[in-house]
Amino acid sequence: MAKPASKNTAAAKAAVATEGDELPALRSLQDAFAAKGKYPASDQELLTFYEQMLLIRRFEERAGQLYGLGLIGGFCHLYIGQEAVAVGLQSALKEGHDSVITGYRDHGHMLAYGIDPKVIMAELTGREAGISRGKGGSMHMFSTEHKFYGGHGIVGAQVPLGAGLAFAHKYREDGGVCMAYFGDGAANQGQVYETFNMAALWQLPIVFVVENNGYAMGTAVQRGSAETHFYRRGTAFRIPGLDVNGMDVLEVRAAAEVALDYVRAGNGPVLMELHTYRYRGHSMSDPAKYRTREEVQEMRDKHDPIEAAKAELLARGMAEDKLKEIDKRIRQQVSEAADFAENSPEPELSELHTDVLVERY
Amino acid sequence: MAIELKMPALSPTMEEGTLARWLKSEGDAIRSGDIIAEIETDKATMEFEAVDEGTLGKIMIPAGTAGVKVGSVIALLDGEGEAPAAAVEASAAAPSPVPVDTPAAAAPVPVAAKKDPEVPVGTNMKSVTVREALRDAMAEEMRRDSRVFVMGEEVAQYQGAYKVTQGLLDEFGPKRVIDTPITEYGFAGIGTGAAMGGLRPIVEFMTFNFAMQAIDHIINSAAKTNYMSGGQMRCPIVFRGPNGAAARVGAQHSQNYGPWYASVPGLVVIAPYDSSDAKGLLKAAIRSEDPVVFLENELVYGRSFELPELDDHVLPIGKARVMREGRDVTIVSYSIGVGFALEAAEQLAAEGIEAEVLDLRTLRPLDKQAVLDSLAKTNRVVVAEEGFPVCSIASEIIAICMEEGFDHLDAPVLRVCNEDVPLPYAANLEKAALINAEGIVKAVKQVCYR
Repeated sequence: MAKPASKNTAAAKAAVATEGDELPALRSLQDAFAAKGKYPASDQELLTFYEQMLLIRRFEERAGQLYGLGLIGGFCHLYIGQEAVAVGLQSALKEGHDSVITGYRDHGHMLAYGIDPKVIMAELTGREAGISRGKGGSMHMFSTEHKFYGGHGIVGAQVPLGAGLAFAHKYREDGGVCMAYFGDGAANQGQVYETFNMAALWQLPIVFVVENNGYAMGTAVQRGSAETHFYRRGTAFRIPGLDVNGMDVLEVRAAAEVALDYVRAGNGPVLMELHTYRYRGHSMSDPAKYRTREEVQEMRDKHDPIEAAKAELLARGMAEDKLKEIDKRIRQQVSEAADFAENSPEPELSELHTDVLVERY
Repeated sequence: MAIELKMPALSPTMEEGTLARWLKSEGDAIRSGDIIAEIETDKATMEFEAVDEGTLGKIMIPAGTAGVKVGSVIALLDGEGEAPAAAVEASAAAPSPVPVDTPAAAAPVPVAAKKDPEVPVGTNMKSVTVREALRDAMAEEMRRDSRVFVMGEEVAQYQGAYKVTQGLLDEFGPKRVIDTPITEYGFAGIGTGAAMGGLRPIVEFMTFNFAMQAIDHIINSAAKTNYMSGGQMRCPIVFRGPNGAAARVGAQHSQNYGPWYASVPGLVVIAPYDSSDAKGLLKAAIRSEDPVVFLENELVYGRSFELPELDDHVLPIGKARVMREGRDVTIVSYSIGVGFALEAAEQLAAEGIEAEVLDLRTLRPLDKQAVLDSLAKTNRVVVAEEGFPVCSIASEIIAICMEEGFDHLDAPVLRVCNEDVPLPYAANLEKAALINAEGIVKAVKQVCYR
């Protein structure tokens, strides 16, 4: 019975050192983020964020219309409402150097990484000019040039794949980081935790991003998750967490910098939880029976990231006419993308058998 | 009564080993748990621990003896208070090989195979185990290309669960030879992501049975990405490890996944038999721009075959190999099945039937033409496959013969596979469930109407 004595002392020490249920080291980034506050964007930077978010919003609205017209088939998951997440986070990355990977709700992340809306929309319509030459569709788009690695249709699969991209950065010692997005639903997949373990063990340069939009398809977070604070889910692997308002692009950007500084310094992974909301259904075929209209309207009215950025720009003295001008230009850009996507030819039938294997055997 | 200490089997497939060193001498007191000797297998050096207590009597097998069969008496242990068993000549005088009734023991001695036309005439050959051939293939490719690395369970410090990665950690260090936790789904995904990110991973599965946990990444992430990205995103990765039935390890550790992977467009699937193909095709797999599933066989790892001594022995993927020429019937097989097919061919030759043995080597893309050419020559085909019969590679070969070789057929194509049951544990049931040469001989006679 004398044996556990030292253990008790250690346990007692740990209990004293623990604040709530988290180790202080795992909260250190949250504290740094809180101390930092919102990202002090210049007027030009804020305007750029606004434009990027607006482009995603208008692009997705148009994609929804094209789906309704039967020009887009299969599954189509819109990013409307979540724009501040991809824009805020990716604005802190080095485009073409740092890797990005996500799940099937991927249009926004591509637009935020500067990929041409035309080739994205043409992929949605299944055309030869699409970024995957019409063979991938909404859920399977890639741009190795931009280091955007998809676009993955299997829920959670992008998490170990992202760790593999981070592994490659570390192996090559190129200083790059991988940002791997997944949803609150994917956060319950076992492979996510297998990846947390190895990423922490090997100190891989990766930022895990949980986009918590409140619903795993139709299942509200509290109906599917025992621990609803996703940023805490790295605790068992000693991965520090960051709890972030994903509806404010400047908060997102500030948190991204805290996370990236930590990861780039060679400390291993960070787990960010971004609280966000999708206004549209899970996919286009969503009956929307699991939440009220009022709930959606409340988010739109009071927490919209684009309206917030707009209000801030106006408060900073930006002329309303200039914003209208931008809105018009973006509508034009999206219309051109839609026209291009609608009028481009479908792939040649000979494409059916190409790209199965790279080599000939 | 003296207790006989017998050469232990230190793994399910061990048949013999080297008695490397005695740690006790005749006359030493032995307590339970003492390490008495060191035994070397082709995989590792293991300690032989005493179970019974007493005094070490006569040492029957001197240190340094190689090829000591499992089960043969290596020393005598005198029980407490007994007179030393002097020279108990009897069974022990010469270590008589004790037959071990496992499929491994029943496996055929490799027959001198027909020369591979890919190997230049006059090339010097040396005898090498499949295990070493695989290791050398990886080491050579790692020397050649710094992007190549190996990851998997116990591949580094333990030197490989089946010792295929032996020595790689010493040469290449922990950055390129990486021990993973037991987390197949996770590390298969990380390997696949690393390939997407421009590296050349070799992911070892301790066995392909465990790759079931990772099959989503092999198929959905690795195989489909090139197509889904319109050829933009490649995934040059090799998933390798032992596949198929081992010996007495039961249903969950004994399955041939060849037909599963071979059904997926976007994958290359290789299942070699001998050392030359193991090495030449693994090197080709590592160099390939496509994702490759490389299926090895535990029971074949320790077998030695002729390997050409070439600086860079790389073989073409997607080409079958005629292992033995014959005019009367074609036996199509791959992996360990080739050994049974060659054994059957020897027996058949004694009865006047000349069988051609075709080793597919690559299961996807399948060398259809080689099958059809051999069929056109012999007009009769039997498929020999260590695996389930239903929806098998055999099924596929039969379909090819029907669709494209019908006019050449003089008899229905038959398949000789394992029984259509989960592999049982009991030695007799296991034996009854697995393919063997006798079954192939019987099927060949049937298609030859003999």
